[in-house]
Amino acid sequence: MDNLLSIVTFMPALAALILAVFLRGEDEAAQRNAKWVAMATTGLTFLASLFILFEFDPNDTGFQFVEEGTWIMGLTYKMGVDGISVLFVMLTTFMMPLVIAASWSVTDRVKEYMIAFLLLETLMLGVFMALDLVLFYLFFEAGLIPMFLIIGIWGGANRIYASFKFFLYTFLGSVLMLVAMVGMFADAGTTDIEQLLTHQFGSESFSLLGIQVVGGMQTLLFLAFFASFAVKMPMWPVHTWLPDAHVQAPTAGSVVLAAILLKLGGYGFIRFSIGMFPVGSDVMAPLVLWMSAIAIVYTSLVALVQEDMKKLIAYSSVAHMGFVTMGIFAANQQGLDGAIFQMLSHGFISGALFLCVGVIYDRMHTREIDAYGGLVNKMPAYALIFMLFTMANVGLPGTSGFVGEFLTLMAVFQVNTWVAAVATTGVIFSAAYALWLYRRVVMGDLIKESLKSITDMSRRERAIFAPLVVMTILLGVYPALILDIIGPSVAALVTQYDTALVAAEAATQLAAN
Amino acid sequence: MSADLTIILPEILLSGFAILALIGAVYTSKDDLASPLVWSTAAVFLALAAWIGFTGEGSNAAFSGMFIDDGFSRFAKVTILISAAAVLLMSEGYMAARGLLRFEYPVLVALAVVGMMMMVSAGDLMALYMGLELQSLSLYVVASLRRDSVKSTEAGLKYFVLGALSSGLLLYGASLVYGYAGTTLFSGIVQVAQEGVSLGLLFGLVFLMAGFAFKVSAVPFHMWTPDVYEGSPTPVTAFFATAPKVAAMALFARVMHDAFGGAVADWQQIMALLSVLSMFLGAFAAIGQTNIKRLMAFSSIAHMGYALMGLAAGTVLGVQAMLVYMAIYVTMNVGTFAFILMMEKDGQPVTEISSLNSYAKKEPGKALAMLVLMFSLAGVPPMLGFFGKFYVLRAAYEGGLAWLAIAGVIASVIGAYYYLRIVFFMYFGDAGEDRLNGGKSPILWVMLMGSAAVMVLGIVNMFGVEGAAAAAAATLVN
Repeated sequence: MDNLLSIVTFMPALAALILAVFLRGEDEAAQRNAKWVAMATTGLTFLASLFILFEFDPNDTGFQFVEEGTWIMGLTYKMGVDGISVLFVMLTTFMMPLVIAASWSVTDRVKEYMIAFLLLETLMLGVFMALDLVLFYLFFEAGLIPMFLIIGIWGGANRIYASFKFFLYTFLGSVLMLVAMVGMFADAGTTDIEQLLTHQFGSESFSLLGIQVVGGMQTLLFLAFFASFAVKMPMWPVHTWLPDAHVQAPTAGSVVLAAILLKLGGYGFIRFSIGMFPVGSDVMAPLVLWMSAIAIVYTSLVALVQEDMKKLIAYSSVAHMGFVTMGIFAANQQGLDGAIFQMLSHGFISGALFLCVGVIYDRMHTREIDAYGGLVNKMPAYALIFMLFTMANVGLPGTSGFVGEFLTLMAVFQVNTWVAAVATTGVIFSAAYALWLYRRVVMGDLIKESLKSITDMSRRERAIFAPLVVMTILLGVYPALILDIIGPSVAALVTQYDTALVAAEAATQLAAN
Repeated sequence: MSADLTIILPEILLSGFAILALIGAVYTSKDDLASPLVWSTAAVFLALAAWIGFTGEGSNAAFSGMFIDDGFSRFAKVTILISAAAVLLMSEGYMAARGLLRFEYPVLVALAVVGMMMMVSAGDLMALYMGLELQSLSLYVVASLRRDSVKSTEAGLKYFVLGALSSGLLLYGASLVYGYAGTTLFSGIVQVAQEGVSLGLLFGLVFLMAGFAFKVSAVPFHMWTPDVYEGSPTPVTAFFATAPKVAAMALFARVMHDAFGGAVADWQQIMALLSVLSMFLGAFAAIGQTNIKRLMAFSSIAHMGYALMGLAAGTVLGVQAMLVYMAIYVTMNVGTFAFILMMEKDGQPVTEISSLNSYAKKEPGKALAMLVLMFSLAGVPPMLGFFGKFYVLRAAYEGGLAWLAIAGVIASVIGAYYYLRIVFFMYFGDAGEDRLNGGKSPILWVMLMGSAAVMVLGIVNMFGVEGAAAAAAATLVN
């Protein structure tokens, strides 16, 4: 199987094409067919991706399963995975069947809905596997289109504002990256990511428009990529599109957004910023660390006063992503390990939390926290599952949420104690908003008339949550499952990063003498 | 002499065809002949395109260098001929249904195309002017084809007056160039310019550029575009948006490189400024438009800005990027205008963007194709439009114009908004009364779907366009 990665990536797109061309009509049978085709495809994709996981050799820190071919405009089509990206691929293929299952109750334009999600899966997988700059950009940007449509067509009341905000924010972020990519190509003469990772971009300081640019070209490139990834991540202060997009997106859209799309930014930081611009990253790291610390505290406080459940979870996502950026730019083994771990675990936890909101939204059609209370009396199973994921969100030891937060905090403590101290308070705040949310929605007496007839979770809903519960606890108890796979690649990256910094330092010393 | 005639044989044949068609139609059944004429003109275009594309070889000059037949001109001619044929095929049904189908229409289009072929092959300022005027005069008439409509006659008149002004600018520039270079031949001018551009020659160059900028509708010479686009019958607008733009852009490149190739530094700034102004004005002004034809006018202004960015680079890669960009741009516009031609209510054409409300529910296939085209025009990957933008950005960056590339991407974000608005109406609009119906035309449907399919499939393989563009650019810049 020489082109396993391409098969996994394009299988959903192929299914989308088949749906688009052959499926006709809007009646119930057609809807059911669309759902089953999507379900079968995402399931098959997951099974196929298991081959990647099983045949992946963690001790080989290079790229594996590499495919290469010529493409238009002298570009190359190149795909491959390494220890850093392979688990993101798995996260995507793992989450998609659950997302499709969670969309079972959609009745409006089902065919288009499934096509959008299948295309989205292809594009997200492509981002993690692309080993060519332009190919990466292509997948990275194209994901906007289905997401724009998902929010705009199947979203809530204010969906149009949210979809435009989402599109323009992220589009603006990423076109600057395009200019940087052109610059990289001009400098290195290749768009091959594997070669770019070993290319030394200029790091001599120069002055631009009278401003002294420390770190030279690397800093400029870093900033251009930063603009894109920071918006995708999203980092404070460019996070404001996320709550809007989340609130208006359908449940499944929120899950994809939180569980997978937010990881594109983090992946980009690790692959490009740390991997290619070590000097630039080093120059800008203090700023990024403080921005992360502010994000953690600020968005946690904002989450505390939200009245909309989805908004609250969205802000908590921003806070958790703060831990990720903090870990990445601590740029040591624990930091990067922790960041990747946190991203994967956040994928399961936040996805599950949005699904939890979806469960009661499907019944009551409101996300107002005030509209609920005392659900435990009628929905014991729901209360249990919601509790588990609330605790995981807080970072309770024994759940996967704890491992990532602890590793990143430990990493940043070695680099910048003050940032670590500030960020740690975020852990307490997160306990505050998450537990308070849980108390208001689930605990207490069931006094609201409208809730009297609410029913507990159906078998389909329980089936969706089961894999997420297993993963959350399994990774919390035995994190080595992940760390063993990412460890060697991360170690190689950190070594490369440190060597590059030392070399740049030596070069400046030499120039100074 | 006979060798010269062999070189311009395609132009002679097309002129002969146009004149014969004119005479034939005048002396026989006049407008009854219009429909077959449209079809045969399109067939002639396609035949010529195939002939030029497959058999053309090497660089030949005719009439002591006044007419040049090289890879560059062949690339431009094939693009012009194919797009003109596509637009002719699209217009037949629309015009026949509205009583606009006169036999002059295909004849005038054929003559305009002769002018364009002349333009892209010009090797001399006089030949250039001849081609340009033949093209422009035909277009002025075509713009006011709907004689009983105020808007259409206004469009024709505006186009004529402003076009005459720009021709004046161009001629004035040409006379200055002739005065200071002592020759009207590009090959002579380039030698003079290489030794240093005197102030007089520079003046002439600036006036020439102003004239060309008018023809490609680059800011600040764009004012005629929205009115002419809106007023002209839609098939004519589709024509304006495609073939003449390619011809003018190719002519621009030809003069800048063949005649002033040694003085890139002198014109690069002007070109960059034209480019950046066009991109931004096109992006901002289109936001408030409610008429889709006006919107497409501003969209074309913005797109010309991107094509000019390629020229501004002043390199082989820049010209190549411009050619690829224009080929992609023309393909997208053919599809988009096929869609606009299908917008009608009870047989009347509709151009309000808001009439697309919830279009996707009624016509999912066409809406999807339009969605692809809109994202492609906006330059969002993975559509082919993105690759066009990427190409010119790369050329500009490598030509030392990083600031222009950055300005270009910012403008493309602003521009994305109004393309998204069309998608917004089609997909997110609330279902209301049917504001569009009918509009079933197999030809238009094929054009729309074909164009959208090219935008998606083109990213796998560009059908050799890229290689041809590279060869074409190499013959121009050396």
